[in-house]
Amino acid sequence: MNNITYFKDQFEQLQEANPNDTIADLRQNGFDAFTKDGVPTYRDEDWKYTNVSSLFDKEYLIAENSTITLADVNTIRLPGYKQANELVFVNGRFIANLSTIRSGTTDLVVLPLEEAAKGEYKEIVAAHLNQSSNYLNDGIHALNTSFINGGVFVHVLKGKEPEHPVYCYHILDARQNPALAQPRSLVLADENSRLQITESYTTLGASDSFNNQVMEVVVKENAYVEYYKIQNDTANASQVSSTHIRQIGRSYVHTVTITLNGGIVRNNMNLVLDAAGNETHLYGLYLLKGKSHADNHTLIDNLKPNCFSNQLYKGIADDTSTAVFNGRIMVQPDAQKTNAYQSNKNILLSENATINTKPQLEIFADDVKCSHGCTIGQLDEEAMFYLRARGIPKESAEVLLLQAFAADIVDQIKPEPLRSYVSKLIYEHLAIQ
Amino acid sequence: MLSVKNIHANIDGREILKGINLDIKPGEVHAIMGPNGSGKSTLASVLAGREEYEVTEGAVSFLGKDLLELSTEDRAREGLFLAFQYPVEIPGVSTTNFIKAAVNEKRKYLGQEPLDAVAFLKMMKEKMALVEIDQRLLSRSINEGFSGGEKKRNEVFQMAMLEPKLAIMDETDSGLDIDALRIVANGINKLRSPDRAILLITHYQRLLDYIQPDYVHVLYNGRIVKSGTKELALELEEKGYDFITDEVDLAANQ
Ligand SMILES: Nc1ncnc2c1ncn2[C@@H]1O[C@H](COP(=O)(O)OP(=O)(O)O)[C@@H](O)[C@H]1O
Ligand SMILES: [Mg+2]
Repeated sequence: MNNITYFKDQFEQLQEANPNDTIADLRQNGFDAFTKDGVPTYRDEDWKYTNVSSLFDKEYLIAENSTITLADVNTIRLPGYKQANELVFVNGRFIANLSTIRSGTTDLVVLPLEEAAKGEYKEIVAAHLNQSSNYLNDGIHALNTSFINGGVFVHVLKGKEPEHPVYCYHILDARQNPALAQPRSLVLADENSRLQITESYTTLGASDSFNNQVMEVVVKENAYVEYYKIQNDTANASQVSSTHIRQIGRSYVHTVTITLNGGIVRNNMNLVLDAAGNETHLYGLYLLKGKSHADNHTLIDNLKPNCFSNQLYKGIADDTSTAVFNGRIMVQPDAQKTNAYQSNKNILLSENATINTKPQLEIFADDVKCSHGCTIGQLDEEAMFYLRARGIPKESAEVLLLQAFAADIVDQIKPEPLRSYVSKLIYEHLAIQ
Repeated sequence: MLSVKNIHANIDGREILKGINLDIKPGEVHAIMGPNGSGKSTLASVLAGREEYEVTEGAVSFLGKDLLELSTEDRAREGLFLAFQYPVEIPGVSTTNFIKAAVNEKRKYLGQEPLDAVAFLKMMKEKMALVEIDQRLLSRSINEGFSGGEKKRNEVFQMAMLEPKLAIMDETDSGLDIDALRIVANGINKLRSPDRAILLITHYQRLLDYIQPDYVHVLYNGRIVKSGTKELALELEEKGYDFITDEVDLAANQ
């Protein structure tokens, strides 16, 4: 693959420009792994249904100086932004002067990752950055690690509950050339803290974009974290978005992933439950049409006893779209009294759409409660007839039923401005045929 | 208003309706009675436009239009209403929003402005009183977790809201205790009017104690085998269906 040489050049330039950077070794390990493993193909079990190698045929430009301005940022802000800490990433790099941090530094620390790796937070970064590679040990994750540069470190301090949520806007500037972004972030919710974080993605321009993202979140004792991912990018925007959350103290995590539009979208939602008594809720909704492809891989690794996790992913596949759900639950020998539930429900709207769903349970403890279930169905004909028999046209009846199907996931978005926003996006997405 | 001529209909290739004729004029109440499995619900479904049923012969005109040419939703918007024998539960769709959508779709079809929130609420209140339905039911998802009686009451409520020209009530009385039956029947009676026709499908004559029909038809084995006035219902009550069906079976075997 000729892109390997391209990445090699880019990588060497990056290392030369930042020789004493404390992250340089990490990048080197990443690049060695990438060179060895390459881009995953369908022969890798975890990538059986998602062909990312096609994303590597393009001449990406890793633009150093993007011309994105505050005016561009204004067009993509999420509702509730006036009350939010807004972190702007352009082509994968955190841009401080486009970002707005409203919380005080005694509540919330936001720093460029390289800076955090050197100063006061050095040990934290050293302890936690790239723990994800133990789980995401493939070439694509390694590629992100090879290019850690311009990442961000977000730290909610002990006992703090910042009133302003964190919004991460990922802007890909594909106005001139195909854009490649590899954002990397490390987030720490310290003991007794509270964090709400939302990520959204916008490609500007008509060229292709590819966002290879890794976010690592560390959750300590008695912390509470809500994480929302809203994917509603253009049809030429593809991404591999890995969210790796480690609950290392007894804590609570609630995530919702919404995928409406996009090209090839692969989400890895990994939860490592590394303390007794953790509680985790994962929700996901994908409403695919056109040629969209969305692959949600979830992993819950139960390492310690008495953890509870619940997963509900729902989706619709129309036209020639493809949906994949792979829900892996591991229960390690120490993780007695684990409660782990998983459910995946799908509606297939077109004969040419495809849904692949697979639960994957690996249980090495004996006293556990695990359940999983998946369904693939059609729209309920009886319900359709009932609505139409009241004068509601077929298309509107379909939208009503699909909205209803989506509602129990949308309801899991706790902040009202985001919930109504997503609700409206879904309505528009479904109503436009 | 409704003229059904020699309707034959199949499901999965099996003929269920074998030549139905029926004429209904504005203001009339017709009752169709008959044993289970005789094709009563099939007739209702064919008239409402359920797609699984294939009409192989015959014609239906409704208010001068070829009914069979209209989609299900257009039939409803033209003024045909079907109260379902088994109302469908639809989790996640609020009853109020659904009824509002239905009312406004009909208005749009008729070239009227949509009702605003205030006018809609006023109408709701009025009709709720008419059929004695609780506000709390209407804020829930459509029929979800409703009792049998609540579902039937919701059907009559929707009829009141949509003000149809022809209402087909498929066993709206079945599964109701005597109090619920009285409430539902009262509701239907209040909705009787000189320009509205009602087709009551029922298995039992007891509904007809409350709602006096102008005509009674007996449907058996896909055909209307006897028609008469309300006295026919009383005769059926007294003698059972056998006195008619035996006769029909005998004739068929000869
Ligand atoms: N959806 C269906 N699929 C197959 N058979 C059906 C279906 N609906 C009705 N039938 C058959 O058609 C006949 C008439 O049924 P129906 O119209 O429900 O009768 P009634 O309402 O008079 O009890 C019955 O034999 C029934 O089994
Ligand atoms: Mg019936």
